[in-house]
Amino acid sequence: MKLKHLTAGLAALAIASPIAVTTAQAYELTIPSLVYRTGPYAPGGIPFANGYADYFKLLQERDGGINGASINFIECETAYNTQQGVECYENTKGQGESKALVYQPLSTGITYQIIPKAAVDEIPIFTMGYGRTSAANGKVFPWIFNFPGTYWDAASGMVNYAAAIEGSAADLKDKTIALVYHNSAYGKEPIRTLEELSKKHGFKLELLPVDHPGQEQKATWLQIRRMNPDWVFMWGWGVMNQVAVKEASSVRYPMDRFIGNWWAGSEHDVLPAGEGANGYLSATFHAPGAEFPLHQEILEKVYDAGKGAGDRERVGEVLYNRGLIAAVWTVEAIRKGMEIKGSNEIVGKDVREGLEALDVTEERLAELGLPNFTYPVKMSCAVHSDPGTVLIQQWDAAGGDWKVIASGIEPDRDIIAPLIEADSAAYAAENNITPRDCN
Amino acid sequence: MLYREAGQFKTTYQADQGIFPIAQDRYVVWAFLAVAFLVVPFFVNDYWTNAVLLPLLIYGMAALGLNILVGYCGQISLGTGGFMAVGAYASYKLMTSFPEMSMIVVVLLSGGMTAAVGVMFGLPSLRIKGFYLAVATLAAQFFLVWLFNKFGWFYNYSATGQISAPERELFGVVLTGASAQTWVKYLFCLTFLTVFALIAKNLVRGRLGRNWMAIRDMDIAAELIGVRPLMTKLSAFAVSSFYIGMAGSLLFTIYLGAVEVGEVFGINVSFLVLFMVIIGGLGSIVGSFMGAAFLVLLPIFLKNFMVDGLGLMPVMAKHVEILLMGLLIIFFLIVEPHGLARLWQIAKEKLRMWPFPY
Repeated sequence: MKLKHLTAGLAALAIASPIAVTTAQAYELTIPSLVYRTGPYAPGGIPFANGYADYFKLLQERDGGINGASINFIECETAYNTQQGVECYENTKGQGESKALVYQPLSTGITYQIIPKAAVDEIPIFTMGYGRTSAANGKVFPWIFNFPGTYWDAASGMVNYAAAIEGSAADLKDKTIALVYHNSAYGKEPIRTLEELSKKHGFKLELLPVDHPGQEQKATWLQIRRMNPDWVFMWGWGVMNQVAVKEASSVRYPMDRFIGNWWAGSEHDVLPAGEGANGYLSATFHAPGAEFPLHQEILEKVYDAGKGAGDRERVGEVLYNRGLIAAVWTVEAIRKGMEIKGSNEIVGKDVREGLEALDVTEERLAELGLPNFTYPVKMSCAVHSDPGTVLIQQWDAAGGDWKVIASGIEPDRDIIAPLIEADSAAYAAENNITPRDCN
Repeated sequence: MLYREAGQFKTTYQADQGIFPIAQDRYVVWAFLAVAFLVVPFFVNDYWTNAVLLPLLIYGMAALGLNILVGYCGQISLGTGGFMAVGAYASYKLMTSFPEMSMIVVVLLSGGMTAAVGVMFGLPSLRIKGFYLAVATLAAQFFLVWLFNKFGWFYNYSATGQISAPERELFGVVLTGASAQTWVKYLFCLTFLTVFALIAKNLVRGRLGRNWMAIRDMDIAAELIGVRPLMTKLSAFAVSSFYIGMAGSLLFTIYLGAVEVGEVFGINVSFLVLFMVIIGGLGSIVGSFMGAAFLVLLPIFLKNFMVDGLGLMPVMAKHVEILLMGLLIIFFLIVEPHGLARLWQIAKEKLRMWPFPY
């Protein structure tokens, strides 16, 4: 008899408790985070994932969420693998009241995978500075955003930096630029733009693919030593970067002529090469370091409470800051979406509206605790990637930190815009998409 | 008690040579197929289809193909990933060049093209054997991946080298692309797998299969009794590659929709499918499916169990999963070196004696 009562009581409790919890709780925003903390790309994946997670953690701890709606942050491990990425996407997209609000897969392969699904599932994808470049055309890709700049902006910015060092754009004539790239969709992205630019400026472009995962580059760098190019650009990721920097220093290639793109310029890429990496350059779109008020707040409210996602010492690394700014822009878009809808009970569709109406000014960045951290971005219906400005940072091996040495480098948008138009038109034709009207 | 054939008399040769001579086996298989075809499609959602069932069916097909070559004919191949890539790229070229072509034809033709490529890479098997052949097929793997990465014609000169499957319909319902219904994709793959599993079962029971097994068991003796090694080995390569090509085609068109050759069809896929065959059981059709299920379902189950059930951090769960998978593979191979199919066979034999074993 007693046992029967007990079980009945327990059963009643079990049934009642979830109801009690849901009625007491505020609206919950589901933020999935596809991360890779394992595999050959983990060195890049970990700091980014930490930065992304810490910002949401801070909002939850400090403000109890975003505009009163609490955050349900779900991490899912993809190991940079497409099939596991699909599993994570399918697993997380339907969770919670709001369903998944926005995805940030940090992988070109997974991005390509979910681009067509985004429109069907009505979840926006924010591929910050990676993924499919032509997604910058919001008329064909309403659900994809890749601000603040695309790979083509980066390539053009790097060429413009090289021109500035050589003297002027005319001095690039008959120079040689070698592109060392990850032999995948990611690494091949800049080739088309660099080919156009080589026609325009008259420099010679040499293409040197490096196969996944990029641990074997002896032959590539011997080739570089033989051809002795004036500049080496690199589109690398994961373990490939540190191997390249090491090899470059062992063939004594001048480091201040070797520019990585913004995924090939973090602390872990240069530290293994030690002194040899001194002077290595990389593109970026935000400042390095942990001296910003937001970082201090994260250290104080998240790390001091023992809730940080990673090591305290690694807060402020280049890729940590990138994860942080990704989260900041995402949250601004969520806030904008709430503002447009007039309620905090938003779904993916509203976040898309928010991303399209996004306008993060320097004043707003200062308010958020990131003064002079990056440049302002402003989206619109047609433009999903703006402004594309490139910063160049340089590694100081003795000081052990990155320093921004050139900023405000504008890409050649008159070369890039027609390329984006052509590539997105080809995608639209292949997939029977009628570009929407943006007037 | 329940599982015995006492009283089941065969009165025709046809009945005697049936695939499932025991009536209970037949009932179970029919019931299984009925559930798979008539019940499951009504209950599948996005997650079950895209994360669980489609990879299971497609890798089942690939494992079946490789099992014909490795398990039945004894020719080791490490080129599975490359051959799947041939199937995928053939599908892409066919779909974009002939938009009107039915998807059934596309998948079959992709299989056919892969068979042709497979025969070409099978030619060295006439002279080299064992580990040396494994190295030769490994070369196929790297060569094919390099080929599809190098020449723009294969990916229609797209800026990134990615291929993506355009939307196609079959019998008026959308089959490929993002707006395809999950049950359509599931049924399409299931139908292909069922039909071709039946064909494979009959092939290995027939003259061709006996030739394969003769070559596998002792090639010199087989030659002496009149089995022609050229025809036999090449037919094994052709049939095996046909299946693997279809698996690659389905993987690209139905399951993923967009692939990049180096990542999706890399050397790790070749090893994955080979492990499926070894764990499932060499020379067994049902073993191929068991191996595929083991290596596709177990990681997903472990992950969901550890992350949602035990509340582990996803990265911790991943590390534990890698560890556990390794341990389980070793455990099953120690318990039964002939794979899961052999375990299943032993279980069936015990069941026939149950409950009075002598």
